[in-house]
Formats: sequence, structure tokens, C-alpha cells
Amino acid sequence: MSYIILDYADLAIAASLVLISGGASLVLRLDIERRLLIATLRMVVQLVLVGLVLKALFANVSPLWTGLAVVVMLAVAGREILARQSRPLAGFWAYGLGVSTMAVASTLVTVFALTTQVAPDPWYHPQYALPLFGMVLGNTMTGISLGLDTLVTSLTRERAAVEAKLTLGATIHEAMRPNARQALRTGLMPTVNAMAATGVVALPGMMTGQILSGVEPVEAVKYQILVMFLIAGGTGLGAILAVLAATWRLSDPRHRLRLDRLAASRD
Amino acid sequence: MLTINDLARPGLEPVNLEISAGEIVAIMGPSGAGKSLLLRAISDLDPNTGMVMLGGRAREAMPAPTWRKEVGYLPAEPGWWAETVGEHFQNWPSQQDSLATLGMPGDCGDWPISRLSTGERQRLGLVRLLEGVPQVLLLDEPTSGLDADTVESTERLIRDYIGTQRCCLWVTHDDAQAGRMANRCLRIEAGRLAEPTS
Repeated sequence: MSYIILDYADLAIAASLVLISGGASLVLRLDIERRLLIATLRMVVQLVLVGLVLKALFANVSPLWTGLAVVVMLAVAGREILARQSRPLAGFWAYGLGVSTMAVASTLVTVFALTTQVAPDPWYHPQYALPLFGMVLGNTMTGISLGLDTLVTSLTRERAAVEAKLTLGATIHEAMRPNARQALRTGLMPTVNAMAATGVVALPGMMTGQILSGVEPVEAVKYQILVMFLIAGGTGLGAILAVLAATWRLSDPRHRLRLDRLAASRD
Repeated sequence: MLTINDLARPGLEPVNLEISAGEIVAIMGPSGAGKSLLLRAISDLDPNTGMVMLGGRAREAMPAPTWRKEVGYLPAEPGWWAETVGEHFQNWPSQQDSLATLGMPGDCGDWPISRLSTGERQRLGLVRLLEGVPQVLLLDEPTSGLDADTVESTERLIRDYIGTQRCCLWVTHDDAQAGRMANRCLRIEAGRLAEPTS
């Protein structure tokens, strides 16, 4: 493998491109230069920190440190799921349901890949575990937050229709089925679209990165296909678990629709 | 036939009520007094406490779907889940007699729900409810959107359906209708069911 090492002057030259965008914003009064500046600074600081953290983790291969990194990533992704809900569940469930289903799905899928297909030694080696987990987690997070938001939005909007079925003797599962189905479809849509378009519309970032670092294109493609399978598995499992858990939480054994278990509306 | 003991929920103080077979009981009272809350609580659509029995069988001893088939609730604005009218019925062709009685054309099965008026929705909601042959009817202002002729035919249809074996709780704002239809008339004020009047 061979790759071209960048020095800091190279990065500085590339940063001038952002300055051009910022200049255009000033000249055209787009009023975006401030946000562009902040976003650029955040990007640099966050990535440098991640680089340092990963370097430290690679130097101290330990299940504890890898596990701690996984927990931090899950906690942050859980906040993100919550922030993307227009009307979350009330109380503990708002955070707990999204983060627990996401944890189960993305951890299962990543551990499965690490112990059978990729199989580094040890299997929890952060160089393999954390990038794979990060990619699976990011997509699972999107699937779960889309699924949950779609479910709650459609149940709130179609409450009369769901209750009409209940009053005619339907079970709560029959009554909610179209809503759960729609939520799952929406949650899985980005993954399905990404798989359908990948390689034609855009080259996936991970594969591009491997090619830039000198990996044979066919080997890079094999890795990318593996990652796509993991993402599809994690997103599917996560969205199904989350939507099922939410339908369970929004109903009760007397077959009622329990929208009173949602947090108060934000608008 | 329908026995209600200490039925309560937020917004509704404990209700005690006994309705006999063949009886139609009118529930009156100002908007927001709790009339719809009472019907929803009997139907078990919202969490509630107390005891409700049908013909001596306790509600909690039956699965909720079975209970709601026996005790049919028609909200003031019935809900719809499919595109066209006919899809909401188990056996659309067999509904023709009821539809004709209520002045609905027999070919309305293909109509999209979105073009129905309030009164058409109420009548179709009623026919849809009766298709399941519930023993008790919980009706929330079933004729509020109808003209005088259709009100009369709807009342006749419901009275014939109730006959001597079934019973009905009927929420209405119309004194004259309560007088025509009901054996008894109760009032709800601020979540409290008052003693029977006339």
C-alpha cells in the first residue's frame, strides 16, 4: 500500500476554498459567512480531536476503552434521535426507547461482522471496531429517528381513523398496522436509496478513502459491499425494533391508542 | 342490560347507570361537559376506572375488541382509513337497504371519502357500525349534520334496530329529538351526570 501524506500547508491551501465561499457570501450578502466560519472551525476541531482520541485508543488496545468510546457514541446519537422527533414519547421513553433499540441493533450487527467476517485480532480492536460501528450507528440512527417520527406523526394525524377501526372491533395491532408499515418504509428508504444509487451517482466515502490510501479497487469494493450489508442489517433491525417498541408503548392491553403517552406538543 | 358502576376518568365524575333492553337514553348538556368522554369511557377507548357490564358479563372479562363489537360507539365525526366508501365495509353489497333508508344512493361505494359531506359521513358511519350488529349503541350526535327528512329516517332506522332486545345511549343537543326518541333523559354538567329528570 502506498499513499500520499498531506502536510499542514496542503490543508491551508484547501481551506482557501472555504474562504472563497465566505467571500462570495459577503459580496452577495448571503448572510451565511458567520455560520460557515463556525461550521468550518467545528469541523476542524472535532476531527482533530477524533484523530487524537483514535490514536490514543489504537495505542492502548483494550475492550474497556473501545467499549467506552462505543458508549459515548451511543449517547450522542441518542440525543440526535431525540432532537429529530417533532413529538417524542413522554418521560424516560423519549431517550430510552431510541437509544436502547439503536444500541441493540448497531452493536449486534457490528459484533457479528467483527467476530465472523472481518475478524481482527483481538475482535474488539478499535481500528476495526470503531469505524465499522460508527458507520452502522450513523445509518441506524437515521433509520430509527425517521421511523419513530413518521409513526408518531401519522398516528397523531390519523387518530380518528385508528380509533374508528378499534370501535368496529379491530385489535390495536390491526388498527395501527398501516401506520407502522409506513413508518418502517420511511425509516428504511435512505438505506434502500443509498444502495440503489451507490457506485453510479456517487462513490461511497469509505471506498474512496481506501482507494486513496492505496488499496486495490476491487478489495475496496469488497469492503464497501460488506459495510452496505451491515448498514442495511443495522438499519432494518433498528427501525423494526424501534417502531415495534413505540407501537407497544402507544397502546395498552385494552387495545387503546395511548397518545397521552407522548410529550406535550412542541408547537 | 348495560350496567355502569362508578365509571370515572379525568374530566368525568363517577357515573352510575343502568339501561334496560329496548331502552334509549338521551344524554344532554353543554359542549365540553363530558358527554363524549362518557361514551369513550364506556367503549374503553381511554383509560378509566369502575365497572361496566353487558348482560351480566364484566367488560374486563372480555377482550377489548370483543367488547367494542358488542358495544358500538359512533363518534360525532367518524374516522376513515381507506380511499373510497365501500372499502370501509365488510360486505358492501348487503348495505343497500340501510343506505336507501337513509337517502344515500346505492352507487356511493366508489365515492372518495374526501368528497363526502358531514351528514353523509355520519350516515355512512352509522351504517358501518350497524354492520357489526352491536347490542348497545353509543351515538354521539348522530344526526347533527342532517336535514329534517333525513333526521326522521335516521331516527326510524335506529329505533327499529334497537327494537326490544338492544339499547342505546344517545348524545344530543336537541330537546325535541330527546323527547321523540328517548325513554329517559339525563344531563351532564361539568363532568357530572345529574339525576334523571323526565
